[in-house]
Amino acid sequence: MPVFTPPPLPSDDKRWKIVNGTMRKNGFARHALIETLHTVQSSFGYLDDEAIRFVAQSLRVPLSQAYGVVTFYHYFNLKPPGKHTITVCAGTACYIKGAAKLIEAAEGHLGIAQGETTSDGLVSLMTARCVGACSRAPVVLCDGQINGEMTCRHMVEQLERWKAE
Amino acid sequence: MTIEELEQIAKSVKLENEKYDYEVNVCMDLACASQGADQLREELVKAAEASGKKVLIRRTGCMGPCSCGPLVRVDPADTLYQKVCAKDAGEIVSNLGGEPVERLQSNLSDHFGSQVRVVLENAGYIDPEKIDDYIARDGYKALLTVLTEMTPYGVIHRVTESGLRGRGGGGYPTGLKWGTVAKASGDLKYVVCNGDEGDPGAFMDRSVMEGDPHRVIEGMAIAAYAVGASKGFIYVRAEYPVAVSRLTTALREARRRGLLGNGICGTPFNFDVEIRLGAGAFVCGEETALIASIEGRRGTPKPRPPYPAMSGLWGKPTLINNVETFANIPPIVRNGGKWFFNMGSERSKGTKVFALTGKITNTGLVEVPMGIKLRKIIEEIGGGVPGGHTFKAVQTGGPSGGCIPAQMLDIGVSYDALLQMGSIMGSGGMIVMDDTSCMVNVARYFVEFCMTESCGKCIPCRAGTEQMYTLLTRICNGTGTMEDLEMLEELCGTVKEASLCGLGQTAPNPVLSTLKYFRNEYIDHIVHKRCPAGVCNLATREEVTA
Repeated sequence: MPVFTPPPLPSDDKRWKIVNGTMRKNGFARHALIETLHTVQSSFGYLDDEAIRFVAQSLRVPLSQAYGVVTFYHYFNLKPPGKHTITVCAGTACYIKGAAKLIEAAEGHLGIAQGETTSDGLVSLMTARCVGACSRAPVVLCDGQINGEMTCRHMVEQLERWKAE
Repeated sequence: MTIEELEQIAKSVKLENEKYDYEVNVCMDLACASQGADQLREELVKAAEASGKKVLIRRTGCMGPCSCGPLVRVDPADTLYQKVCAKDAGEIVSNLGGEPVERLQSNLSDHFGSQVRVVLENAGYIDPEKIDDYIARDGYKALLTVLTEMTPYGVIHRVTESGLRGRGGGGYPTGLKWGTVAKASGDLKYVVCNGDEGDPGAFMDRSVMEGDPHRVIEGMAIAAYAVGASKGFIYVRAEYPVAVSRLTTALREARRRGLLGNGICGTPFNFDVEIRLGAGAFVCGEETALIASIEGRRGTPKPRPPYPAMSGLWGKPTLINNVETFANIPPIVRNGGKWFFNMGSERSKGTKVFALTGKITNTGLVEVPMGIKLRKIIEEIGGGVPGGHTFKAVQTGGPSGGCIPAQMLDIGVSYDALLQMGSIMGSGGMIVMDDTSCMVNVARYFVEFCMTESCGKCIPCRAGTEQMYTLLTRICNGTGTMEDLEMLEELCGTVKEASLCGLGQTAPNPVLSTLKYFRNEYIDHIVHKRCPAGVCNLATREEVTA
């Protein structure tokens, strides 16, 4: 049986070494696919074709299967995120307390739909299934920071602050 | 590590703590942390240093009443302070040993009065990143007792005797499940902890994993011994980064202490645990989908049988339990099965943790004995609906559950009673709704959730939820007809009966339960073109005919 040699790193970018590290830790086993994709996303912010191809080849997973996994799970992004990310939680408690209005207000203010990034690359608007901070509903995450009992006014103020930076 | 060594650690922690005159516990759970608990703790440390008093400042997991956060509890006086800001730190420290700070003191005796803490017994008392804190509160005692004094069969017998049922939602008897995996043949078996808390509006498992991670690990290790497994996985949502980091620390500490790894406690028992991250798929709460995800594939379910107990992870016998189920194991082993069996109602034993949220005064985590009346949870523990509004319904079981109306509130909470009411226990989310919530809209919200979360493998779920969503949208925007309602009901039956896994089989529950108890709201939308709660934007009759 021929010995398998993993493909070379796509570039000198140090982040690839981190990705490779995750795969090595798991003995380049096929079941490490999701773990590795998590590492790619936390290092690069998103998963592009090059990354998916590299991971698939390294783990000897068919490209179609790797792509299938990436698109199946909501957590993986195929597009680079904006400089800032605003995530409106759309869990039940937040929904009951008016998350839909927050999403509408953010969409109106930014002029984009949820899941998109403004054309200047400044803000991405996301929704989350539930971040588990239900007692402070409605919750909005500004660059990962939890803000509870959010109002449309406060959210728009935050968006304005990012714009003014 | 032996029992004596464990006791030695517990003793040294106690000795260390006795050096201090006061303990100030700061809740650092998500809700409190997002309101400045971190800064508060820093200020408390500074104030304590400046005062010269011997104060131990400890960060802890969730204390429960999140709406009153940030929370601080001062021991030994057992004073609970609520809504504490960083600037209050000086006053709290200077009043130690004297009268408590009155303006910050909480009055939550009603809230805590009827709660019984088993799973949450350590919440608010230990630093989740310190294994010694856990050991000092009888941690890992159960594991060592099991390893040195009990047979695997004895452990399963004790769990069976306790009457514990799976806390993930289904309520399958835990002892029975363990017995099946133990009997399955194979030299390699796995134990999996399901920490993919997908129900929106529920956060009990997050709090347990973040506030008391060793309890889950101990429960898993006991289970592994009982069923003969040597390898464990904790499957955690990637949306819970703190839980992941706490569990990682806990696993490292447990290995360092020899409580995980090879030859645990000088016995031939080997067991280690790995963390696997979920990636945001609700369907992965289903056993077979979760297994597929751990194996690095798309999380699509498989028809059962074969059950994971016979053929699970990589085809090996696999025991899958929820976080809260594992968290119940150490106290059951310590106190005996009968102790647990004597709590709760006839067919639902022990306690249950609920995440109380929505339109209710005291939001947060509560742990109550099974069989407690819903009214007690909502009116007494939860403090009722705020703002002069009236209670309309409580939603349990997330997207697989249903809405329970006011007239059913005097029924005791148990797996069977909730099922009879058209809802399910679920993992423990309890979302209270008042007169400003439209039940048709809520049903539509859950169906939309199931529609986007449907994995697409079987047609009844993939296509059925989409059609249900279309019909509900029509009703919500005022273009629905009575025929639509009829078709919706028929469709609910089809999706329920024909779907492959739990997601599809239970997806119609929110619709069916709201139809059962709030049919008049559907009729109002369809016939009178009005939304009683004023949530939906309905087209007027003229617009519809035009």
